[in-house]
Amino acid sequence: MNDTDRTRTPHTAPATAPSAFPAPSPPAGPLSRLGWAAADGWTVARRDVTHWLRQPWELLFGLLFPVLMVLMFVYLLGGAMSVPGGGDYTEYLMPGMFAMVMVFGLGETVTAVTTDSVRGVTDRFRSMPMAASAVVVGRCLADMLRSTVTLAILIGFGMLVGWQWHGSAGAALAGFGLLLLLRFALVWVGIYVGLLMRGQGGIAVIQTLEFPIGFLSNAFVATATMPVWLGAVADWNPMSSTVAAARELFGNPAAGGDSWITQNPLLMAVVWPLVLVAVFAPLCVHRYRNLSG
Amino acid sequence: MASAPIPARSTAGAPVTPAATSTPSAISARGIGRRFKNTWALRGFDLEVGRGTVHGLLGPNGAGKSTAVRVLTTLLRPHEGTAEVAGHDVAAQGARVRYRIGLVGQNAAVDEILSGRQNLELFGRLYHLGVRAAARRADELLERFGLSETGKRPVSTYSGGMRRRLDLAAGMILSPPVMFLDEPTVGLDPRGRDEVWSAVRDLVDGGTTVLLTTQYLEEADQLADRISVIDAGHVIAEGTPAELKARIGGDRIDVVLRDEHALAEAAALVEGATGHTVRTAPRERRLSTEVDDRAASLTRAVRALDEGGVAVADVVLRSPSLDEVFLHLTGPDSAATTGPARPDENTTEAQR
Repeated sequence: MNDTDRTRTPHTAPATAPSAFPAPSPPAGPLSRLGWAAADGWTVARRDVTHWLRQPWELLFGLLFPVLMVLMFVYLLGGAMSVPGGGDYTEYLMPGMFAMVMVFGLGETVTAVTTDSVRGVTDRFRSMPMAASAVVVGRCLADMLRSTVTLAILIGFGMLVGWQWHGSAGAALAGFGLLLLLRFALVWVGIYVGLLMRGQGGIAVIQTLEFPIGFLSNAFVATATMPVWLGAVADWNPMSSTVAAARELFGNPAAGGDSWITQNPLLMAVVWPLVLVAVFAPLCVHRYRNLSG
Repeated sequence: MASAPIPARSTAGAPVTPAATSTPSAISARGIGRRFKNTWALRGFDLEVGRGTVHGLLGPNGAGKSTAVRVLTTLLRPHEGTAEVAGHDVAAQGARVRYRIGLVGQNAAVDEILSGRQNLELFGRLYHLGVRAAARRADELLERFGLSETGKRPVSTYSGGMRRRLDLAAGMILSPPVMFLDEPTVGLDPRGRDEVWSAVRDLVDGGTTVLLTTQYLEEADQLADRISVIDAGHVIAEGTPAELKARIGGDRIDVVLRDEHALAEAAALVEGATGHTVRTAPRERRLSTEVDDRAASLTRAVRALDEGGVAVADVVLRSPSLDEVFLHLTGPDSAATTGPARPDENTTEAQR
């Protein structure tokens, strides 16, 4: 290092470097702020859509797993399954499988949030003059979009293996709505967990935890067939309420119990997700604002 | 080393002179304090960066460099003090500051799956350029940072240097007057480092003010007009690289011996010839000392070694390196290290 080689002197250029794109100012009114936030949220969500277009196999692989699960449970294990109170096992299974796919979405949310935060992309967003809500809203939009597509494809596949709804189309739509409401609640859980993570190692833990969460429910077998205490835990799993409500709305065999929680699935399929959102959405906003605190 | 510790240019709690607020600085921080739980990562941190200059923020791991950048880029709110960047207060006018800065962090903060071009378009839209202007700007920046050819490939196929250049380009979308580069070459091979250095020089030639944090003294020496040495959360010395070097004394001679057993004998001979304390590095069979009168001292030292029958492998006469300045200022024997305890910046900051 030779000091005498330093010939460059401080520049005397103006503070604002000539720019072809003069800095716009943040919007002033509440309405334009809202429009700004919506546009930024959509831009962030569209990034995920571009990911799917660039790597469609990722999306396909994500679908392959629930499809294999359906095949396994319907044809491999289904023969040994009997639904308490009678009814076709495939009809009993599919609402549980739909809810399971919603729970698997948790891992997708955590992965996306953690990857951005570990790579510094979240900090870049936070250092940019975009709406503060955009990162979180965009994540939510993208995940809901992906889950809706996944659910639609799995519904089609369920029909191929013999599942159908028996009630009105309106009731069926309400059932799908409740499934997506569960996913919506899990988006906020996932964002919060993702923001807490300090490294990508935790992603595998979440993906592993999805299985006990999903299986400790009424999704695959009736909780009445479990030891009493375990059945009670499974009944109080928020996922169980969604599954039971969906079965009721689809007119599929339910095999419910006598406890209060199993008698009120429709109510609880709304209350559980709302409670989760009420707890985790403020936590997400707080965590995002004070990422380093 | 015998010389006295260099006084800090500004210390915690020093009164702010009115002149400091009226100077046309691109970055001006006064008495910034920021703690994590009960540990102050920054305390009494002052910084003035003139427009169009490159300012190096130099310090060891955990000194508070990244915390300083995070406060100045509005990512962290300071618990004490005020800071203005590009003429706006970082705490009160965050959105205005964010339109006028670019941040290039320790990781290349770009999307791996998207192409380089798609990354720049995404960030351009989030700077509210509009779809068409964002696309035009992406092309311009790819061209400027030498990424036109690879613009359509996914970033996951890029080399480290290319990613960092894309990262720089993303920070330059609005041609912000102030750029923050937080250890921009960490983890790059020499080729990637040269690519980033040349990109930074181009920025500065365009009139951008740059605040650069680094652990690498060579980097600060190569790029920075002025340097603030930071340790334990505040600035302990400030000046041009030449000034900092001058503060720890004159030129140095290094002598490398053929045989390490002769080190003690050689040290005594050189000490006698130059009149300065000699430091030895046995593993490298090297000794070095300060000299007052360059060539004359060198001649005397070589003659003394020759007459003493010590076999010499190499002799070098040089200016003090920034490494020596740095070690002198931040070393355990320096009085300058009495400050707030430092949090482990590597583990807490890298993951945020």
